[in-house]
Amino acid sequence: MPGILIVGELNDGAPSPVTGQLIAAARKAYPDVTVAVAFLGDDLSFGDAALGALPVDDVYLLEHPRLADGDAGVFDAPVAALAALCREIDPETVLIGRTDFGAAVGPRLAFRLGAAVAQDCVDLAVNPETGRLAVTRPVYGGGAMAVFEFGGASTQVVLVRPGAFESSVTDGGSARVQKFDTESVISEPRARLVDSVSEPRAGVRLEDAEVVVSGGRGLGGPEPFQQLEELASLLSGAVGASRAACDAGWMDHSFQVGLTGKSISPRLYITVGISGASQHMAGCSSARNIVAINKDGEANIFKEARYGVVGDWQKILPAFIATVRDL
Amino acid sequence: MRIAVCVKQVPDPETPPSQFKIDEAALAVVSPPGVPPVVNGFDLNAVEAALRVRETLAGQEVEITVLSVGTGFVMDVMKRPLSMGADRLVLVDDPSLAALDAVATVKVLAAAIRHTGPFDIVMCGRQASDWDQATVPLGLAEALDLPCVTLARSVQVQDSSVTVERVIVDGHQVIEAQLPALITFSNELGEPRYPNLRGIMAASRKTPETLTLEDLEITASDLEPALKLTRLFVPESGQECEFIEGEDDADAGRRLAVRLREAKLI
Repeated sequence: MPGILIVGELNDGAPSPVTGQLIAAARKAYPDVTVAVAFLGDDLSFGDAALGALPVDDVYLLEHPRLADGDAGVFDAPVAALAALCREIDPETVLIGRTDFGAAVGPRLAFRLGAAVAQDCVDLAVNPETGRLAVTRPVYGGGAMAVFEFGGASTQVVLVRPGAFESSVTDGGSARVQKFDTESVISEPRARLVDSVSEPRAGVRLEDAEVVVSGGRGLGGPEPFQQLEELASLLSGAVGASRAACDAGWMDHSFQVGLTGKSISPRLYITVGISGASQHMAGCSSARNIVAINKDGEANIFKEARYGVVGDWQKILPAFIATVRDL
Repeated sequence: MRIAVCVKQVPDPETPPSQFKIDEAALAVVSPPGVPPVVNGFDLNAVEAALRVRETLAGQEVEITVLSVGTGFVMDVMKRPLSMGADRLVLVDDPSLAALDAVATVKVLAAAIRHTGPFDIVMCGRQASDWDQATVPLGLAEALDLPCVTLARSVQVQDSSVTVERVIVDGHQVIEAQLPALITFSNELGEPRYPNLRGIMAASRKTPETLTLEDLEITASDLEPALKLTRLFVPESGQECEFIEGEDDADAGRRLAVRLREAKLI
């Protein structure tokens, strides 16, 4: 009987980076407990060798046509299949990555099992005094951190923020790989995925960019973003925007950086007219060097910035861009 | 058609970080004086979505009921969905509901929805800006046994189903779900409308309906947290900002570029 069940995800037939991070999280919190990983899909017949090498004790393969692509967008089938597996193997803790899949499946699984659930955790540890699992998570849009302790429910579901742990996956494990029958547990669908539309953008992807230039409410309208585009292209970077700028309609929401937008981790992050509300900072906390241009010297962004200029961006930015071009 | 929209009263997330204070002993955020709470922003997106559904179903009767669970409600704040155009406001108001965990919130909210319903659609914001859990709507879907679509940016209602555009990282999905269903909305839906004078007048004449825990047959032991808050603190950034100054703003801009080059950042 495993102590920990990790809900794995697959990228092109291999465990996703987040799956490796979950294994690291499990090992950190519970060094001596058995760990199982469950994978879902329509056909996992490739999996015995590839997945059996994971450094865990057990691997469960849950196959069903409706588990293809994780039942993306609907997520009914994975909830049903994982609930059946949990009832069978009765894990103390279930770990799921807070990906698009996990954010929808994790809480539903918890409620279906009558389990306790903690969202978006960046650290977990067993409290040596109580023996109970404590989790740390950002709250108030990242403005504060909270530590919660589970109260001893029979099962607890923990959603882990992607990137919060460093993957410790090494090959060479010898997990027991077994199939878990899902045929009888997946009922008629009540929702279906009709279409999936990608809306690709030209240029560097925000999430991958080494340099990001973002604008916020302080820009006052959509036109100044042309100057940000110019600067971004000089630095081979990408343009982003605060939620305020997107909600105002100045930029499409696909440019939004923040808690509910994209998470970025550039080497250089230049912000113009962004006050640095915690919900924005939650999306760029991995940026290594933040540069802020803002008229309010008291703005929160300067608490996080490495370099700052206080003043009128309309005068600062053109001179900055011209100098960057000449350097 | 009957639509339920679940909303939460939260501290204003636009509170400047300099005024954001935590009482670490009380494990609570201290509201700065003079800054009233607001209805959670994503919940207002859900209210807006419900109003749009009513507009597109012109000719059909659509009743929009807004529900909230909590205590210390500020009526001017909680009436905002009514002034936007919602029909009813139902509040479950009890001092024991001040700091519920997600499991307990779902119990109370599900009971209130059963008590007030049936509803064809339950709409929620994707997450609340205080605890950022994004858990209650999903738990509610489980408790009410409804199909659930998260992160909607638009919704169209047919006779017995809804078609939802769901936001994903690089695009969107189109999901069709049978009614009744639960849908959570994100800010990509677009800005909630501002109440007009007529709406504000209509809302001022409406009295919120209140439900007690007794009405819902919920006792204190049902509300025991499964997850206990043990520490709340503001993380230190530890970053020292180097302010670049010049003779004027343009000069500061030039010096910034030079400094970034010196630091090998550009």
